[in-house]
Amino acid sequence: MLTVETFDTLVQAASAMTPQSRYLGGGTLVMRGVNYGDQSFQRIVRVKDRSLREIRSEGGRIVIGAGATMANVMAASETAFLANVARQVGGPAVRNMATVGGNLFAEHPYGDFTTALLALDATVRLSDGSEQPIESFLSSRSSMRGLVASVSVPRPMGDEFRFRKVSRVKPKGVSVMSIAVWLPRQGGRISQARIAFGAMGATPLRAKSAEQALDGVNLDAQGIERALSVATTGLNPTDDSLASAWYRNEVAPVHLRRVLLGEESR
Amino acid sequence: MVKTPIRFTLNGSETALFVDGGANLLDTLRRGVGDLSPKYGCGQGTCGTCTVLIDGEPHLSCLTLAETAEGRSIETTNGLANGAELHPLQKAFMENFGAQCGYCTPGMLMAAKALLSKNPNPSREEIVEAISGNICRCTGYEPIIDAIMIAAGQLRGRVA
Ligand SMILES: Cc1cc2nc3c(=O)[nH]c(=O)nc-3n(C[C@H](O)[C@H](O)[C@H](O)COP(=O)(O)OP(=O)(O)OC[C@H]3O[C@@H](n4cnc5c(N)ncnc54)[C@H](O)[C@@H]3O)c2cc1C
Ligand code: FES
Ligand code: FES
Repeated sequence: MLTVETFDTLVQAASAMTPQSRYLGGGTLVMRGVNYGDQSFQRIVRVKDRSLREIRSEGGRIVIGAGATMANVMAASETAFLANVARQVGGPAVRNMATVGGNLFAEHPYGDFTTALLALDATVRLSDGSEQPIESFLSSRSSMRGLVASVSVPRPMGDEFRFRKVSRVKPKGVSVMSIAVWLPRQGGRISQARIAFGAMGATPLRAKSAEQALDGVNLDAQGIERALSVATTGLNPTDDSLASAWYRNEVAPVHLRRVLLGEESR
Repeated sequence: MVKTPIRFTLNGSETALFVDGGANLLDTLRRGVGDLSPKYGCGQGTCGTCTVLIDGEPHLSCLTLAETAEGRSIETTNGLANGAELHPLQKAFMENFGAQCGYCTPGMLMAAKALLSKNPNPSREEIVEAISGNICRCTGYEPIIDAIMIAAGQLRGRVA
């Protein structure tokens, strides 16, 4: 039998978590589990504090509360550069419910928003106030203790940040893969690029070989050639009902090229 | 087992009841309150027929923990008609073959209502986006989109 425990603050909720507890964000995945008889938890822990939804600027970075929904992200002026990402998560009702915090834990093939956060070098802040780079957070999320309070990202300039979701059904299809890139430039050349792939591994993953291959190049067909040839190094896709791992690896460089060169998807 | 009291407004009426731990809003409305207008299709967010409006915004009631509806305003298809007078969306669906088996209809109507309250003059693309979380296995969608366009026109005429 399930018990629901409601707390005023995230800190209180964090201290009430047991191995049988599941924290409720927007509930799109937790309630699916409840409806389908998931026996891995007996308690649902939730927090009433509406400030968990806040989105604000803080010292040059944008802080997004773990409870902010995709619809909140689309509506806030601070996160205008992420609106296009949030808009591609589910349909309108899902976006009114799905939170940024929940997306950090969403399993394959979900995690489109997290893929964007990974490319933006986000920092994850936990309920105890500690902070962690998103990449190490993702690699240890299944054993994480505590709850996520917020994430913060820098504000990318102009067209430096790009995101594309590849799906078979539009709008609203689930990802065959999603790709987020952050391409800071110095004197016209790319410097310290970030490339993240979603649905190409157990969690969203960085394509570090491709990132390195972009360093110092011009953003044109010739400049990105080497990066495309190593696009899938370090990724680890699986077969699922949408696409095989083989297919994902074959098409990843094609989609990456389109994102980098700003080409229309077909 | 522990029951939790909750209160919300349902189609404008104050509603109070006890819910079981983990109960979703769809079961609560259907079995607890007796409003059978939102339907159960999948219980996992994919079909959209359980769509209700919470504070005016579409939500999937099958994935909403009932307790989170405390103090909020819920609208379902049951609240659309004004007595015997159907809502323009309902009329347009009837007259333009927007419903065949009817299973998706309550979700479609609520998704459409949420759209039109924000955007009284939507394009076809905007309608497609608004109903993209709602699956229809009968109509092929075109008559639904037509019906929403027609209802939008009528609602604009009313206000003017
Ligand atoms: C129809 C449908 C379509 C979808 N489409 C997409 C899609 O296109 N792209 C996509 O990425 N996802 C998609 N999803 C999956 C899901 O809705 C999103 O990933 C969403 O962001 C999950 O957030 P939530 O708040 O609903 O998570 P919940 O269900 O509330 O939680 C998910 C997990 O995260 C944990 N959690 C949540 N918040 C915190 C926190 N603050 N601290 C610690 N742990 C936390 C929970 O305990 C749980 O284990 C879809 C889901 C459905 C039902
Ligand atoms: S029953 Fe809720 S989405 Fe299908
Ligand atoms: S009318 Fe049958 S599912 Fe839409």
